[in-house]
Amino acid sequence: MPILETFILIPGRTSKQGCGISEGKFEDGYQHEITTLQVAPQDMKRLGLVNGDRVRITTESGRQIEVAVAAAAGDELPPGLLFIAYGDLSSRLMEGDTHGSGMPTSKGFDVTLEKLS
Amino acid sequence: MSTAYFKIAGGTVYDPVHGVDGERRDIWIRDGKIVAAPSDPDVRPDRTLDAAGLVVMPGGIDMHCHIAGPKVNTARKMRPEEKRKADKVVRTSTTRSGTMGSVPSTFATGYKYAGMGYTTAFDAAIPPLAARHVHEEFEDTPCIDKGFFVLMGNNHYVMQSIHRKEPERLRSFIAWLLGAAKGYTPKLVNPGGVEVWKQLQGGNVHGLDENVAHFDVTPRQIIEQVSRAVDQLRLPHSVHIHANNLGMPGNWRTTLETMKALGDSRGHLSHIQFHSYGGGEADENTFNSKVVELAEYVDAHPNITVDVGQVLFGETTTMTADGPLGYYLSNSFGNKWFSSDTEMESGCGITPIEYKNTSLVHSLQWAIGLEWYLLAKDPWRVVMSTDHPNGGSFLAYPEIVQLLMDRTYREETLKHVHPAVLERSTLAGLTREYSLYEICIITRSGPARILGLANKGHLGPGADADITIYTPNDDKKVMFELPRVVIKSGVVIVDQGEVREPVNGKLLYVAPEWDVSIETDLAAWFEKYYSVRFRNYPIPLDYLHEPEEVACR
Amino acid sequence: MSTAVTKPADPSVKVIEDSTCTFCGCVCDDIDITVKDNHIIDAKRACVLGKSWFYNHHADDRPSCLIEGRPASVAEGVDRAARILTAARYPIIYGLSDTTSEAQRVAVGIGDSIAGTVDTTTSVCHGPSGMAFQGVGEVTCTLGEVANRGDLIIFWGGNPAESHPRHFTKYSLMPKGMFLPNGRKDRTAVGIDVRKTKTAKAMDLFFQIKPRSDFEALWTLRALAKGVEVDPKQVKDDTGIELARWQDLMDRMKAAKFGVILFGMGLTMTRGKHLNSEALLSLARDMNAHTRFVVKPMRGHGNVTGADNVVTWQTGYPFGVNMSRGYPRFNPGEYTTSDTLARGEADAALIIACDPMANFSQPARERLKSIPYIALDPKDTPTTRAATVVFTTATYGINVPGTVYRMDDVPIFLRPAFPSPHPSDFDVLSAIQRRVKELKQ
Repeated sequence: MPILETFILIPGRTSKQGCGISEGKFEDGYQHEITTLQVAPQDMKRLGLVNGDRVRITTESGRQIEVAVAAAAGDELPPGLLFIAYGDLSSRLMEGDTHGSGMPTSKGFDVTLEKLS
Repeated sequence: MSTAYFKIAGGTVYDPVHGVDGERRDIWIRDGKIVAAPSDPDVRPDRTLDAAGLVVMPGGIDMHCHIAGPKVNTARKMRPEEKRKADKVVRTSTTRSGTMGSVPSTFATGYKYAGMGYTTAFDAAIPPLAARHVHEEFEDTPCIDKGFFVLMGNNHYVMQSIHRKEPERLRSFIAWLLGAAKGYTPKLVNPGGVEVWKQLQGGNVHGLDENVAHFDVTPRQIIEQVSRAVDQLRLPHSVHIHANNLGMPGNWRTTLETMKALGDSRGHLSHIQFHSYGGGEADENTFNSKVVELAEYVDAHPNITVDVGQVLFGETTTMTADGPLGYYLSNSFGNKWFSSDTEMESGCGITPIEYKNTSLVHSLQWAIGLEWYLLAKDPWRVVMSTDHPNGGSFLAYPEIVQLLMDRTYREETLKHVHPAVLERSTLAGLTREYSLYEICIITRSGPARILGLANKGHLGPGADADITIYTPNDDKKVMFELPRVVIKSGVVIVDQGEVREPVNGKLLYVAPEWDVSIETDLAAWFEKYYSVRFRNYPIPLDYLHEPEEVACR
Repeated sequence: MSTAVTKPADPSVKVIEDSTCTFCGCVCDDIDITVKDNHIIDAKRACVLGKSWFYNHHADDRPSCLIEGRPASVAEGVDRAARILTAARYPIIYGLSDTTSEAQRVAVGIGDSIAGTVDTTTSVCHGPSGMAFQGVGEVTCTLGEVANRGDLIIFWGGNPAESHPRHFTKYSLMPKGMFLPNGRKDRTAVGIDVRKTKTAKAMDLFFQIKPRSDFEALWTLRALAKGVEVDPKQVKDDTGIELARWQDLMDRMKAAKFGVILFGMGLTMTRGKHLNSEALLSLARDMNAHTRFVVKPMRGHGNVTGADNVVTWQTGYPFGVNMSRGYPRFNPGEYTTSDTLARGEADAALIIACDPMANFSQPARERLKSIPYIALDPKDTPTTRAATVVFTTATYGINVPGTVYRMDDVPIFLRPAFPSPHPSDFDVLSAIQRRVKELKQ
């Protein structure tokens, strides 16, 4: 039975992701930035994760991605929060429903995190 | 441009500039202009429009409206709820779709003005920092020639120059700024008041001699100095003024003071209806009309011109560069409120409003507008406007024509407004009825003269061939709502209410000279306080598509 | 048009002063760019994002047009594009945030001609703020006012240190303003966010609120502004912050001379969306009973504000505009692109200057992949790779002149650096419009 931890996922902009848009979305810089999940150092420790480990993130409605983790810098991320730069992976977790607003929910997803061996 | 002759034959012509009062005349057009009939009688026109029995006037001129730029566009965006139930503007093979409501979209604005026989309109208040926006919207506003007035009454460099007692610098700056924006004349909106609003909660000025902190100038000084500079620059139109204390009971005194502050300088007081109130201390119960007193002063001072700013009952949107006024109106009516302060230059307030015939104040406002038309002795100096959309839509002009020409209709309408109008204004006793000749003056010839547009507002040789042809009708509202034909620059653009060929229209601007030595100081001032670069601020002539310079006098 | 092009010693190098960067909504117009051999080799004063923008937008060596992956002439591409759009029953036009207003105007005109639906990236950015504004209004100002007067600056739900790197320096924290002669020292900076970002570290005060509690936090402040009593326990439970801290913030807000709240996607993209924006806009309006107070949405792209403006002046509505019946109708949630794609309604698309295949939800992206669509972009992106017809276009501001609107609606003109062999968006769209009209006759 895999251990599923619940987190809140915040996708967002980063400097590297912004530069990556100009450098080219198929270049390494952008690709690396958007395929890295930031985890709070306390959570990394508690879960026995190191930079580069892969995890599976699943939303409440079952959308899933597999992604490599990296410890967030300093105290940037409070425990319980995950961050990823906007891109293909974060897009895969978005639902089509915009609740009549035109805006799909793009931040603050309830997700479960599962370590992949 | 066609070099062929186009003849409008045998219409009943009204051309007050040339004293023509309903006479059967032919009009010859060539290459977008009205020309003298060819001297050789064998020359036949390539096209003739039989105007027998039809009324022929120059194209209408709206010299004070709000139709383009950041304020207008924000208001459009802010009022989606109006548009769904309003008239639809459907796309055709030659025209674009659009929306109406109190702030129509740009293509619709052009088509509707043209459909009503108007061929020129001036936006009344633009912050020069946003001038490019206006030019872009103007390019998407077809069928009419356009220009705009440049906000200067709360401009920091203007106030600074006045405080330092540097009239030459002020004059050069005004000329430079008009050239940078490609605008038409300086506009003063609540001079000094908007700067106070930016500095203080609920801030404003309440009299001409109040001090504007930090700049240490008064509204009176701004009015005096800018009006003088405009005349020294010999601009075709005078300074254009939205006086302090708009809308306040008792503000007629501020209006009188403003007129006096002009001295001998020319000055145009806009939407004078909103500035003609007796009473005091924001007390509705004392609200009354002071048109008699103010009209007397205007009549005796030929340097002063006004446009009325007529209120019509119904829903509309107030939009003004008078920031504190927007705040006041929003608080009064409890409606949504937009405000924006433009650095160094001006403010802006937008809020919806509904004028109700059951309201004492609104009914008086409506009556006061009509009093102005009916009491003013010189129709050449009283122009029809609704300050669109503040008092109502420009589409209400035919209704105003009917109110002015048909006393019976007016009296009937009076029965359905608040009864206080009968005691607090003179409207009930005014029996005057406007003639077509006079309507032609207040909607065409007068505004053309006031704006200094020598080629508009008349049908003599040299005029732009902007012509409206009406089918006579005893119901004047119907007559003016639906012209039979509208011609713009010699092209038939509207025929039986349908837009046939939407031409673009020209951008009318002035190019007074300035002393370039002020640019060093200007550049330094920009560097210190503006958020854009000095070199990026002025608009080059080649940015514009159909510019036409109107020469200084 | 005057361009200060100075010629330094090396004649193959030219410097263009006061050029405009359009990467983000700051639209800095004070960049001096150095050009050599149609490459920009220096961009003075540009931030890291701006430098990347200037250095990486050479004219890509790709065909100007590909149809189904094969090179084609622009004329063929235009014809195919026009056929796709005129054959569709529910064509959509989307994007527009990274192109000139001149091009945007043509795009909306195409939408009119094909009786289509026009939407911009606003719908997935500050569309919710636009909806809130339509409900309650907004109190705002141009950025120079923030620089000259703003003495209390609050950043809510955004990270300008990474998304708008020069904002602090140019507009919101550092400038020595007319009424703030000591610059940063005359200002108090407050950050409100769920993460302690780079922005947070530049603040004097930071509120690390619970995720998805912005609505409750804003309403707490609204209550405090009006002196309405709130339950301290509830506030702490809801927001993660003690009531006393919120009260202290409100005291500072009331004591400010000119308060400013700059807000971002942290409000619009999360639980509440337009209700969060509405709460913030209402708070700013409420504050004007006490002192001068303004808000500014932080716009992400160089000309998304222009897209709002152009669509509004031409149709009356800012985004999500449908013209199927021959006149504009507005309905976020109905005509917005996330919806018209995710629900499988759009059957053809014209995607201009944006990348929905990277940024949209899975259902939306799947639909887009399954329908014929045309894409215009200077770069090679997931969107261009899956398009039926793709045009590689010249880059606005670098190759193409025109007008853009900064995040505060100030229009700014572009000073291009060097020409491109590729057509501009304006050229391609104008050609498509002409062809569409021919086909419709």
